Amino acid sequence: MTDDKDVLRDVWFGRIPTCFTLYQDEITEREAEPYYLLLPRVSYLTLVTDKVKKHFQKVMRQEDISEIWFEYEGTPLKWHYPIGLLFDLLASSSALPWNITVHFKSFPEKDLLHCPSKDAIEAHFMSCIKEADALKHKSQVINEMQKKDHKQLWMGLQNDRFDQFWAINRKLMEYPAEENGFRYIPFRIYQTTTERPFIQKLFRPVAAEGQLHTLGDLLKEVCPSAIAPEDGEKKNQVMIHGIEPMLETPLQWLSEHLSYPDNFLHISIIPQPTD
Amino acid sequence: MPSSALWAVDLFGRVHTLSTAGQYWELCRDTQLEFRRVSAATQCCWGIACDNQVYVYVCSSDVPIRRREEAYENQRWNPVSGFCDTLLLSDRCPWSDVSGLQHRPLDGVALPSPHWEWESDWYVDENFGGEPTEKGGWTYAIDFPATYTRDKKWNSCVRRRKWIRYRRYKSRDSWAKIPSKEDPKQLPDPFNDLSVGGWEVTEEPVGHLSVWAVSLQGKVWYREDVSHPNPEGSSWSLVDAPEEVAQISCGPYDLLWATLWEGQALVREGINRNNPKGSSWSIVEPPTSENGIMHVSVGVGVVWAVTKDRKVWFRRGVNSHNPCGTSWVEMVGEMLMVNVGLNDQVWGIGCEDRAMYFRQGVTPSELSGKTWKAIVAGRECDQSHCGSSSSLLSAGCFFGDEVRSSGDSAPSDTDASLEVEKPGPALPLLAESLDNPRNPKGSSAAGPGTGRTAEGAMGNACPAQGRGEAAQASGPDKCPGPASTPAELPWTNIDLKEPRKAPSHSAAGIPETTGLSSLGLLPLGLEEHCGVDDQPLWAWVSGGGCAVEACSVLKWFTVQPGLSPSVQTLSLSITPAQTAAWRKQIFQQLTERTKRELENFRHYEQAVEQSVWVKTGALQWWCDWKPHKWVDVRVALEQFTGHDGARDSILFIYYVVHEEKKYIHVFLNEVTVLVPGLNEAKHSFALYTPERTRQRWPVHLAATTEQDLNDWLALLSLSCCESRKVHGRPSPQAIWSITCKGDIFVSEPSPDLEAHEHLLPCDQMFWRQMGGHLRLVEANSRGVVWGIGYDNTAWVYTGGYGGGCFQGLASSTSNIYTQSDVKCVYIYENQRWNPVTGYTSRGLPTDRYMWSDATGLQECTKAGTKPPSLQWTWVSDWSVDFSVPGGTDQEGWQYASDFPASYHGYKTMKDFVRRRCWARKCKLVTTGPWLEVAPITLGDVSIIPEMPDSSRSGHSIALWAVSDKGDVLCRLGVSELNPAGSSWLHIGTDQPFASVSIGACYQVWAVARDGSAFYRGSVSPSQPAGDCWYHIPPPPKQRLKQVSVGQTSVYALDENGNLWYRQGITPSYPQGSSWEHVSNNVRRVSVGPLDQVWVIADKVQGSHSLSRGTVCHRTGVQPREPQGQGWDYGIGGGWDHISVRASATRAPWSASQEEEPSAPQEAHGPVCC
Repeated sequence: MTDDKDVLRDVWFGRIPTCFTLYQDEITEREAEPYYLLLPRVSYLTLVTDKVKKHFQKVMRQEDISEIWFEYEGTPLKWHYPIGLLFDLLASSSALPWNITVHFKSFPEKDLLHCPSKDAIEAHFMSCIKEADALKHKSQVINEMQKKDHKQLWMGLQNDRFDQFWAINRKLMEYPAEENGFRYIPFRIYQTTTERPFIQKLFRPVAAEGQLHTLGDLLKEVCPSAIAPEDGEKKNQVMIHGIEPMLETPLQWLSEHLSYPDNFLHISIIPQPTD
Repeated sequence: MPSSALWAVDLFGRVHTLSTAGQYWELCRDTQLEFRRVSAATQCCWGIACDNQVYVYVCSSDVPIRRREEAYENQRWNPVSGFCDTLLLSDRCPWSDVSGLQHRPLDGVALPSPHWEWESDWYVDENFGGEPTEKGGWTYAIDFPATYTRDKKWNSCVRRRKWIRYRRYKSRDSWAKIPSKEDPKQLPDPFNDLSVGGWEVTEEPVGHLSVWAVSLQGKVWYREDVSHPNPEGSSWSLVDAPEEVAQISCGPYDLLWATLWEGQALVREGINRNNPKGSSWSIVEPPTSENGIMHVSVGVGVVWAVTKDRKVWFRRGVNSHNPCGTSWVEMVGEMLMVNVGLNDQVWGIGCEDRAMYFRQGVTPSELSGKTWKAIVAGRECDQSHCGSSSSLLSAGCFFGDEVRSSGDSAPSDTDASLEVEKPGPALPLLAESLDNPRNPKGSSAAGPGTGRTAEGAMGNACPAQGRGEAAQASGPDKCPGPASTPAELPWTNIDLKEPRKAPSHSAAGIPETTGLSSLGLLPLGLEEHCGVDDQPLWAWVSGGGCAVEACSVLKWFTVQPGLSPSVQTLSLSITPAQTAAWRKQIFQQLTERTKRELENFRHYEQAVEQSVWVKTGALQWWCDWKPHKWVDVRVALEQFTGHDGARDSILFIYYVVHEEKKYIHVFLNEVTVLVPGLNEAKHSFALYTPERTRQRWPVHLAATTEQDLNDWLALLSLSCCESRKVHGRPSPQAIWSITCKGDIFVSEPSPDLEAHEHLLPCDQMFWRQMGGHLRLVEANSRGVVWGIGYDNTAWVYTGGYGGGCFQGLASSTSNIYTQSDVKCVYIYENQRWNPVTGYTSRGLPTDRYMWSDATGLQECTKAGTKPPSLQWTWVSDWSVDFSVPGGTDQEGWQYASDFPASYHGYKTMKDFVRRRCWARKCKLVTTGPWLEVAPITLGDVSIIPEMPDSSRSGHSIALWAVSDKGDVLCRLGVSELNPAGSSWLHIGTDQPFASVSIGACYQVWAVARDGSAFYRGSVSPSQPAGDCWYHIPPPPKQRLKQVSVGQTSVYALDENGNLWYRQGITPSYPQGSSWEHVSNNVRRVSVGPLDQVWVIADKVQGSHSLSRGTVCHRTGVQPREPQGQGWDYGIGGGWDHISVRASATRAPWSASQEEEPSAPQEAHGPVCC
């Protein structure tokens, strides 16, 4: 594998084997079998779980069905985070498949947003892309696109069509030849250990002197606690798409190749598992 | 884009160059001299040294500057001694020039200056107008002066022969002194300023240069006869000026401005092709009366000036018709000088900081540019000059981090405020750049001492500066600033990994200055102590040889990480980034992740079902029925994914005819090629299938915008490639071709293509497009591919794919570079003579348009003519083309008795019409897997065809070329790993050549511009240049233009489109015996390593239409019958070039044929390897 294009493919076709089980307190007419599914890492839970919903609804009474939500080991799963991020952040050290509990009752209002329809996901996804492009190109690229291009991005994600999505998304990944990268890198850093949902700051891919910033530079700047002191033991894993890129990796390259479809680099900082 | 150089002089008189492809100032190789002024052109640089002498520096090149000296030996016949040199008294001398009027003995021909050397001794020219003469080279005539013939007749009383000898300019890459103009009777009046320009006044082959100089007494001098073949010129001649001139600037074209000591500017008028010195002066007043003009610099259509208060001014409204312009506009910034270079780009030297600035954003539509941006390129080789023996200084260059942080924040950078704040003062970068790259931790102790010593030495060596500059020069150097105590510089504790943490140097308590850039904030003392490895202080800059274009990406302003200086040369070696550990680790981890998360769970259901994806859109279609016209259609591309992951796609085109909805559909796995933009006015493309190819009637579709076209093309192309499972880089054996628009296509040859039976018809070949723009491409089965652009730039294939309109997934991430090409559009101005007013643009009613194309059928006005397609933009104005065949008069007119007729370059009594050709350059910028092979531009190239199993792998690959000036060249060091090779070996010829081809057994054939062929003897791997040329007369009454040599076959093409096969070639007689006619209507021929013959032919009849420029494959080519029998017609309609010289596999022989060919093969006598 020598071409960077293959990275895009690998990222897109990342799958997490998942076992969905119905929450024990849900009332069913007969026993609910667990449901096994390969979830696309780059998609959203509520976008790809139609089958799960249908499966469990079959064993439930109509009146007990309200909005579906998911939980892993007691933590409600935010549908507006990409699936890969949720897995890396919460479950990357546990065994596969990923065991997700399905709820239809007692929606955790303070933890989760409602997801009334796919339109809500689309609106969220498009607003992320627009925010990312505002950082990367002062919104110039996304604003120059036609409505149908926006639709194609969304349809590409929804239908898991790599070509369809990247035919448009590549324009969002371009930058002027005279620059060495985007204006700012759209990134979010997530930690389970803090209350704050994520860290997001303005950070340029290229230093004032012209050197490319690396992942390490970013962390040093915005989340110094994540990286181990020179001599100290490594306490955290810095994870994107289930892998730990080296801290020397140029941030611009990461942004072009390891961003989620919403054009953000979602970086998880998780405690180093103690074997 | 060719890399070119910016020339500059620093305060110490050292000349530096900065390459447009590089990021380091290189010290001029000849360092014996200190200079005050330099003025550069692309191939040379003129300068005034501190000894007040003028020097010219001619850049080295693999092609020598050689000039031919000729002398004629004349003899008369007498009955006693036959032909002898006893001539009649009234005759010419026995040794004379061509006219016979001047005595010219061989030993009396001397070298013009010490900078020339003889190439060889005198020898007799045996070539007479393309035909070889009898031994001795004599030509015969009845009497002097007369018409000479090759053959001796009964009445031939006199004969003569030509002796030739070449001299070569030897002082290249060094400063050659121009003999001074000093007249012993007058007081010495040394030159004070000098400017080179005028290379666009005449057309290319002449290479004329205008060199102007100004003496201290204010006189203006012009150097006569300076041109590329005569770099020194011949003499200085005085040009009268109304007042004393202080400084002068000559633009590339017809602008020449000078400044007067009184502060006005002087403008030369009347400069043109016939009078490069111009005719008169006019005066332009300075912008303000209190501050006169101190310095002026001109380009093609701009004038920049600096007044005595250091303000910079731009002159509005300057052009050829109004060289004085209209008004002054004040620009931001204070400069010591400004210089306008190629493409009207501007450089300046800052007044406060003596830093070098580049004017950003100068475009043809915005000639004044946008902002000044400081050039922060480092220096590569200071120590060799200033005597410091340590290698410390190279450290910064090696790591590319010697530039201080404040350097590249240009004053107008509006983003600066948003910048993430820099960490406080920590490690001065200066210390880092002194560190040794090979020993980053330990060498710091040597740092300060050596650095200061070097600086001291340099300070002492500071040469006497030119008038007025010495005072300024010594200023910043001699006064140490307050912040310069070395104790403040933490020389130890150096961390190379964090160069960006360096502080801006403003912390040292220096008062804010109003300088242009934060460079001005530097404490002077600090500057002095670290000056050696720091930004040099500049005295003079010249951009006359520096081609920066709007699309150029310059590395002068930022520091590139991880690039060693060697990368500057754009070598094809893999960049460090591609082999970086982090990249490998990501690839590896992704593979592991996929394994971990997927391997045991493949039986799980996918969350999202695969579906049919349909892309729809509105296009226009060139309808199949008459009258043909563009009709609006809806199109839909349906993509299916099979269970095996394979893709298939169908393109539907829905149209309405007679209010009835209909559609046609195309299976994309049947599409053989997609050709973009064959229509000038529309964003269109043509889609071919084998059937459509046979019809010569493709599906033409057009989009409304370029973007839309590119999206469709990229998508369709990707779908075609996917359905045929073609992706990645083409195989080494691929067949390459080029359309008349310069688009590049490549096809993977099936083994059946050259099979002996069941030949694959060549209309079924699938062609996919490569990015880039070329006129010619040649390949070899070891993966070496070279191309030549319309502007004759040589390009080498990088191994990438995509580029151009193929972005994103259809393109490789690396090995794609910017490529540009330039070509001319020609129109004709036609006039008819009438007895009253002479020639006017009023013709007869039956006449052609007074402004037309070459045929006269299309009206082409200057204003109405557009670039050939929407990708091209104009880059010059219309100018008369004097280089048309047949010659022109002084104004470019060609005369004839009537339209259309053959034209001649002089007027006779019978000429009632005349025309002249106007040319305008246009340019295209695209991307593709091509890198320039600088600096020599080529006319033709040929790479040795090889069998893939040949034992030669590892050997260097023979590559021959003809430069656009007609020099024959052999490339050394070409291999799979270094396809660009290393250098050119020049092969001497007695006349310019046009085409060259090397066969599989090192048979080198070439075609000279006079239409005759040549065979090069004794070429072999050990003797790559061979020994001598054998002259081979062309077919009777034909002038050859191209030759192609395969395994053993030699084919040549003449100017009338006839294809000829060379008969009678044997190992012992490789020149062969005669030409045999094979076909007509051929435009280009390519003979491959299997002796397969492919041509581009005109006038191929299809079932629907006639096509020009069609790829054709010679059928029935067998060892016994190398001329073949017939043609198989492939893709066509607008193809210009094909190379099958890499295609070296064929399906194995079937059993029945296996034995047969061996005997005849020997009988025919192929040249054995």
